[in-house]
Amino acid sequence: MSRRENPIDRRFRELVAKGEHALIGYIVAGYPDEHTSIEVARAMIDGGVDILEIGIPFSDPIADGPTIQRASYKALSKGITPRKALEIARSIRGSYDVPLVAMTYFNIVYRQGVDRFIPLAKDNGIDGLIVPDLTYEEADDVIRIAHIHDMDLIFLVAPNTSDERLNRVASVSKGFLYLVSVYGTTGERDIFYEYTLDAIRRTKGLIMGRVPLAVGFGISKKEHARVMINAGADAIVVGSAFINIIEKSNGSRDIMLKGIRELAHELKQATRGLV
Amino acid sequence: MRLKHYPIDGKFGRFGGRYVPETLIPALEELERAYIDAREDKDFKRELDYYLKHYAGRPTQLYYARNLSNAIGGASIYLKREDLLHGGAHKINNTIGQALLAKRMGKERVIAETGAGQHGVATAMACAALGLKCEIYMGSKDAERQRLNVFRMELLGAKVNKVDSGSQTLKDAINEALRDWITNVKNTYYLLGSVVGPHPYPMMVRDFQSVIGREIRKQCMNMLGGMPDAIVACVGGGSNAMGTFHEFLDSKVDLYGVEAGGHGLASNTHSATLCAGSEGVLHGMLTYLLQDEHGQVMDTHSIAAGLDYPGVGPEHAYLKSIGRVKYVNATDDEAIDAFMSLAKYEGIIPALEPAHALAYTMKIAREYGKDSSIVVTISGRGDKDVEVVQRYLVERSTKR
Repeated sequence: MSRRENPIDRRFRELVAKGEHALIGYIVAGYPDEHTSIEVARAMIDGGVDILEIGIPFSDPIADGPTIQRASYKALSKGITPRKALEIARSIRGSYDVPLVAMTYFNIVYRQGVDRFIPLAKDNGIDGLIVPDLTYEEADDVIRIAHIHDMDLIFLVAPNTSDERLNRVASVSKGFLYLVSVYGTTGERDIFYEYTLDAIRRTKGLIMGRVPLAVGFGISKKEHARVMINAGADAIVVGSAFINIIEKSNGSRDIMLKGIRELAHELKQATRGLV
Repeated sequence: MRLKHYPIDGKFGRFGGRYVPETLIPALEELERAYIDAREDKDFKRELDYYLKHYAGRPTQLYYARNLSNAIGGASIYLKREDLLHGGAHKINNTIGQALLAKRMGKERVIAETGAGQHGVATAMACAALGLKCEIYMGSKDAERQRLNVFRMELLGAKVNKVDSGSQTLKDAINEALRDWITNVKNTYYLLGSVVGPHPYPMMVRDFQSVIGREIRKQCMNMLGGMPDAIVACVGGGSNAMGTFHEFLDSKVDLYGVEAGGHGLASNTHSATLCAGSEGVLHGMLTYLLQDEHGQVMDTHSIAAGLDYPGVGPEHAYLKSIGRVKYVNATDDEAIDAFMSLAKYEGIIPALEPAHALAYTMKIAREYGKDSSIVVTISGRGDKDVEVVQRYLVERSTKR
């Protein structure tokens, strides 16, 4: 069966052709509210985000730090549901040609039914799926169904993942492989340690070009982006730093959207090698 | 396949498994190796037995509740007295075992979650006895409700971290402990308090608790000359019940797990996960959950804080699916009545958690009839609950 190139693969190919790396921006669907989360996404894309990651809130997000926990909790208390989150994706996809990746915990997928959730997500414009609590041992069914619907199932690895395991995970991860940069949860960090760069170099070496390498968790500054790209990252993922801008803007829409656009622009410059 | 031999590859049928962030996989693999190694080691077993006997106070008695049995006029009811253990609950069986394991693994720091505080206190005790540094995560709502237990843990040398996220109760304390573990995975041992979480916890905690069932079997042989007809235990996460049942899974004894019915299943304010929940994934395991149609985990209610949890151990989910254990529930009201009965007839004040098991036992005792015998595990003592019960009785009398 010949299949069309998945939009994520195409985006990476285009960027490589331009000599650029990818900026992946993360929003929490429904935060600060449904409508504004779409505007936040637009501001990110206007600022230069190459791939948009849409978090579908879950009540118990164990891989997330306080910033994304607060945002998820607020979105849930305002009534966001997985279905509404996918409608947000559809609405963004309607006006922008940007690949979309959904990030959610496995119970959200499991509860709707893997064989229902994945085609529904695809129909709403989602090209890839990240499930931080789904390890590849538990993923047989999800891999099979994702493949049927041409959904890129994106797996995560960590600095303490063994070479052998990393190799196996890299061979099943589609779209990109997501390296968690640190020991810890999501959330802005001021400094990174040498072990993060070691992990990037080691992972990059083991992937051997099978799939692009994205690095995320804690990245908020162009300097971070730069050193990680220099160590071998093909993409960087930024989430909490954007959410912090929303929190700090105290409801002033213009300040918030401007701040988001500027941060995206600054980070995008770093992925172009212009910083 | 004998039921005793589960899990297979970390699974009880389709339940259990490891649904965790990748960072924890090496830690869980290390833990599984260390535990299996320790389990086979005679020195480890000797040390564990020493602490269980001389520190925790094992074996616990199996007591014939003659007055209660006569008052009901049915089966003979026997109480497995886990309430007599050091700390007042079965929790110490597990915390001693895991703290010894943490020490053996060379971990410097132990973390644990607690709901009402029983597991936190039992962890703090074990860590003090074995010279380990200990931090406990507790939902800030629970910490407020159980201020004395916070102080008890601090007296025992533990640092108590209050958790302000989510519903600020047990499930959020587990979330925060998991996040701590992800962050400090190299030097930290996560001492989980029930038969929940990712593999190997459900198996390991069950094994440490299964001393309860082994003693029951031996004591029944001596006192009854054979097996009892039925065994009853309460189920929150399900550790005292798994510890009680495990020895009997491949026997013909009727097994009952009693969940917290709260204000009744129809009220939707309960913690009866197996009776009223649906399959889902939380805290690293595939099991039954109380969740909404979208997959968001719901707030639960029980008068017994130790049963107030929206998930349940995956082995219980499996035993339900194959029909080996019957899962039922008792309401707040029924538990209170059983609590009062045991105090009145036997001079024993049980914790509100096993009062649920007792309530169901009293219900079925007559059906089983005079020639039969039922064992019920009294997983803890009720000193911690007397204030709650007093308040409940005042409210109930003004309502009636």
